[in-house]
Order: sequence, then C-alpha cells, then structure tokens
Amino acid sequence: MSAFFLPVAGGCCPAKKCYHPARRWGSIRDLESRSSKEGLVIFVNDQSLPHEPGMRVADLVARMKPGADVVIINGFPAPPTAVLADGDHCWLIRRGEVPSATEMDHLLHARHTPGVHAVLRQATVGIMGLGGLGSPLAVALARMGAGRLLLADYDMVEPSNLNRQHYFIDQIGLPKTVALAATLARVNPYVAVECIEARLTEGDIPRYFAQVDVLAECFDDPAMKAAALRSALRDLPGAGYVGSSGVAGYGDNNAILTQRLRPRVYIVGDGESEAQPGQGLMAPRVGIAAHHQANQVVRLLLGVDEER
Amino acid sequence: MITIFCNGESRRLDRVMSVEELMVSLGLNPETVVAELDGRILSRPEYAVTPLADGATLELIRFVGGG
Repeated sequence: MSAFFLPVAGGCCPAKKCYHPARRWGSIRDLESRSSKEGLVIFVNDQSLPHEPGMRVADLVARMKPGADVVIINGFPAPPTAVLADGDHCWLIRRGEVPSATEMDHLLHARHTPGVHAVLRQATVGIMGLGGLGSPLAVALARMGAGRLLLADYDMVEPSNLNRQHYFIDQIGLPKTVALAATLARVNPYVAVECIEARLTEGDIPRYFAQVDVLAECFDDPAMKAAALRSALRDLPGAGYVGSSGVAGYGDNNAILTQRLRPRVYIVGDGESEAQPGQGLMAPRVGIAAHHQANQVVRLLLGVDEER
Repeated sequence: MITIFCNGESRRLDRVMSVEELMVSLGLNPETVVAELDGRILSRPEYAVTPLADGATLELIRFVGGG
C-alpha cells in the first residue's frame, strides 16, 4: 500500500478544525478569543453572550434552546459534554427545523473557510443542460453555497434519466428545471435559483448568461456543446467556461481530465467516450466528470486559473 | 500545394479548401467542431465559406455526445 493511503500522522484527521477531544476546536476560536479577551463571550446563533468558564454544551442548550438536537461549535458538531471556550461560535438546531439564512451562512463560512464562502455566496453560475452532468453539478454548487444558479433545460424528467441524473421517481414528468430547483431548495434554500425552461440555441446563450461569472456546458448533444463553446468564446469574453466531452461508459476513471483550452476556459472528459449503443451514460463516470466540472467552477470563481 | 498548421501539426492540402471541407475530409461532423482560424473563432456559417490559405493556423476542437 502506498503512503497515500496511510493514516495521517499526529492527529485524528487532517482537518484543522476537526472536533476531537485530543485536538479541541481550531482557528476560528483562536481568532475570536483574541478580540474578546476583555470580557469572555461566546456567540450563540450569531448573538453574543457572556461566557461563563466551565459551561458545557448541555448547559447552553438548556438555557438557550431546550430540545435542540444538534449543536455546532465553530462549524463542527459537538457532544453535550463538550466544554465551551471563550469566543466559540455555537449554533443550536432542532431536528427538522430549517436554519435561517444567517445560520446557513455561518455554517458554510465555518466549513469552507471565510475566503471561500465570501466569494461563493456572491457568485452567479449558469448551467446549460440539467442531465447527468448538470444536475449533480448544480447540487454540488448548492452545497457549496453558491449565490445564484441559472438552470437551463427544455426537457422533462423521464424514467430513463434516473440511472444517472439527480432526480427522483416522484419527479417523473416534471420539467427538469422545476424538479431540480425543488431538490436544491432541500439542500440549501438560500441559493437563488432561476429557471430557464427553453431549448437553448447558439444565439440565446449570450443573452441568457450575460451576467454569469462562470458558465457550465452540460449538454448531451455534441452540436450544442460546440455551439455553446463558440458562443461563449465569441460573445461572453468575461465569463469563465467549463465544458464537457467524452463521459460515457465505464472506462478508466483517470482518463477523465480537466483541460485548459485558454485562460478561464476548460473542457472536462476523456474527449472520446461518446454516448452510443454499447457505451451508455452511467452515474459513476458521468458523476466523476460532473464533479470535475463543479470543482473547476469553484476554482474559477476563486480566481485559480493555472496553466498546467 | 498548400501547407496549413492544424492542431499543432503541419498538413498538406492538394488544393484550396474551406474549413468545412477539411473537417469532412478528416471524418469530422462540422456541427460538433469549434474552429479557431489564425486566432479567431469562426461562426458556424463561416465554416463553408472560409478558405484555408497557405500558412494558416487552424485549431479544431471536436465534441462527442453525452451528458
């Protein structure tokens, strides 16, 4: 076994802010405690509260929100016995309750680091085609807390889609835009989702997506893949672009690549594996490509655009 | 004889041909290809009416279906 698969030495997990008794909470608390040394405070659902040394999570729940099932300290779940420290950010959530926009914002802020979340929440991403690429890509970006998603598709959910696309049996017959918007609202209700229920043409693309930071091409039809890239290169010079080609079958995972065509323009796939009889589109490999696309969208939003 | 540079390789053409004719001769469906000729992205209608001049640099990006 290569070193790649060995446990990380010196800690329970590589995350700096992992909750573990041996490690305690990490850097957010350290930063806050410096600013609040004068009077000890903790932050509970974004309100500051005087901190009494020795207070445990269970005490806080009893006092602030009896019945809260889930306690998140500095972005990570904490047990009732955990002792709170000065500067801790605490979120008390009852099972089944929808966190407020501010709560979601803080939870993502803690999870993804402030620098990442601040950019993502301001971002607008266009997704053209909501099939095996576009639907998982949209879910990934909603989980990242992307600010605004423009979802374009003309099709409805069919039984044959369910082998790879992020839809459910009870959504068969719904427009994909409507079904996916409903799913995204269950993932993160604070992402602004706009649906474009239309069969896009080359001429439409600059008009619909003039405001996007990054445009993701997730079409099935190779003519539309070409049309979309042409349209973006000619008429959307300000937008990042992540296209796709060659995602069918169950070929080598590592043949799926993210290739840079030019600054801020990328194509994901192996370039060859066409959907055809004997080489169908399947959840695992299309999913690999969809998440290559999702990560490349995130990288572009964060200003990463290196030549390899 | 005309020499062009297509996707980084030199290629000899025995006559003047359009971008679209070259695509077809390479076995490509022009509908699935994006073409950049001497640094400019061609519109789809230009494929059939743009001749390849001697020394032209052409980049072709071909797409396959599935998503």
